Amino acid sequence: MRDAMNGSRMKSQLLVLPLWLALIVFVVVPLAFIVVVSVFRYEDFTVVPAMTFENYASVFSANLTLVLYLSMLKFTLITWVLTAFIGFWIAYFLAFHVRNRLIGIGLFLACTVPFWTSNVIRMISWLPLLGKQGLINSALMQLGLIDHPLQFLLFSDLAVVVSYVHLFTIFMIVPIYNSMNRIDRALFEAATDAGLSRLQTVLFMVVPLCKNGIILGSIFVVTLVMGDFYVVKVMSGGGSASAVSAMADDISTLLFPHAAASAVVLLVLLTLVVAAIMRFVDVRAELAERR
Amino acid sequence: MSAQSASDRRPWTFYALGGFFGLYLLFLYGPMLCIFVLSFQGPQGALSFPMRGTSLFWFEQLITQAEAGDIAGAISRSIPLALIVTVLTVAISLSAGLAFRSRFRGSNVLFYLVIASLVTPGYVLGIGIGLMFQLLGLDPQWYSSALGAHLSWTLPFGLLVMFAVFGRFNRAYEEAARDLGAGAGQILRLVIVPILLPGLIAVALFGFTLSYDEFARTLQTTGPTNTLPIEIWSMTQNVTSPSIYALGTLTTAFSFIVIVTSLSAIAAIQRRRTGRALDTGAAS
Repeated sequence: MRDAMNGSRMKSQLLVLPLWLALIVFVVVPLAFIVVVSVFRYEDFTVVPAMTFENYASVFSANLTLVLYLSMLKFTLITWVLTAFIGFWIAYFLAFHVRNRLIGIGLFLACTVPFWTSNVIRMISWLPLLGKQGLINSALMQLGLIDHPLQFLLFSDLAVVVSYVHLFTIFMIVPIYNSMNRIDRALFEAATDAGLSRLQTVLFMVVPLCKNGIILGSIFVVTLVMGDFYVVKVMSGGGSASAVSAMADDISTLLFPHAAASAVVLLVLLTLVVAAIMRFVDVRAELAERR
Repeated sequence: MSAQSASDRRPWTFYALGGFFGLYLLFLYGPMLCIFVLSFQGPQGALSFPMRGTSLFWFEQLITQAEAGDIAGAISRSIPLALIVTVLTVAISLSAGLAFRSRFRGSNVLFYLVIASLVTPGYVLGIGIGLMFQLLGLDPQWYSSALGAHLSWTLPFGLLVMFAVFGRFNRAYEEAARDLGAGAGQILRLVIVPILLPGLIAVALFGFTLSYDEFARTLQTTGPTNTLPIEIWSMTQNVTSPSIYALGTLTTAFSFIVIVTSLSAIAAIQRRRTGRALDTGAAS
């Protein structure tokens, strides 16, 4: 009996070995290299081994850092609120209003299909809509609502937020939809019997019951926005930047140690944010063990 | 329809949320449709509406134009890369999924490592892998460093799908096979894989599409030659003609073929199963 238990444990270890290897070689070690290079020096276009905190000093003393992080905070909060709101109601419609199972699956897949296509293409597909001569401006001008094209539609913070919501709402829909599908439908009758209005049922029953889904979705959206660089780079037209887009600028001038130091700062911040969010939910139980 | 009972009648919220859902789908697909339409413009075409003629001019430009870069070469790397990533993702996720059905030493650490791999900013991880190769004196290539970078993105999704799939897997089948004398290899080949096939196709779909379109993790890891998303990215930086829309149309059409094929395969398997279940149900 004991041998059998040990045998199955050994087997488990063998079965997860490839995953361990892949993640250690391509996640843990690379992140360790970033930490190491963050204390290196940059001289004559090369990275020189050293033990210096200059890079961190320069990250923390630059005014730019504060500006970047404040702008990141702004984008994160706005995107989080919008994706959570849209994601909740889309999931609600799919979970509770669509009665035919096949139609439900079809509509759910309609929401997920774009996720399996290119993000860069989806992002630039906003150009013909938001541009100065774009569809939205020409439509508004034809309707006589405006005389001049609105300049703030493209290459602006608005365009950045539109792209974020476009790309990332799916990360809210899926976990919230999952939580909603676990809700016992009889509870709705109970809520009606208890005299709750529709809005009260949503606020006091559905929202608490899909708290875990909302939190999981929030982890995805928050980390995706905080780690973005290409949406902010293209859609703001250079008007805004993010911590990672500043890193990309460093890298393009080969300032690897400085980029590494900013990366460490960002990773520490991200870890704190994710750890704080995770206090509210047992992620492993939610994703791996719920039967 | 006045005979409908009160419980069958849709509340007003159904129509409100249905309208909201429709708007969301328009928001999701509208922009893609715009670049699809605009990519078929004539030679005078620009980046925005109105359409200036219709032709395949911008698709031809993609092949002939020098400044569009090496698109054929990029495709010839992106597709094999995505296929390798798919095979590895399915194999590693299935193997780990089997183990994760019970607690084992280190399972918690490994689980949070998977989550970390998922939420680490892609570009930052790409820098790390690039630095690792550089400092170890290795050559970054699409089939080495970029392959690893892609796995760090596809494996978490593969594993999450496996968790969901194993959540509905009845272990009794496995035990019955064992009682009948099947070995571990036979159980895997003849019982587990056939039952989990739809889920494994889903993992493959994630593996292929996420790798084929991967961009942020690839920038610093692809080495001297580009993958297709990097080629597209450099076009967004310096090409201001509808040829970029043409490329967008082509690559999205390809993705759609992959998605529809995978989903149809899953649907066909499920339909055959319910069909069989009904047959045996009628026979008994």
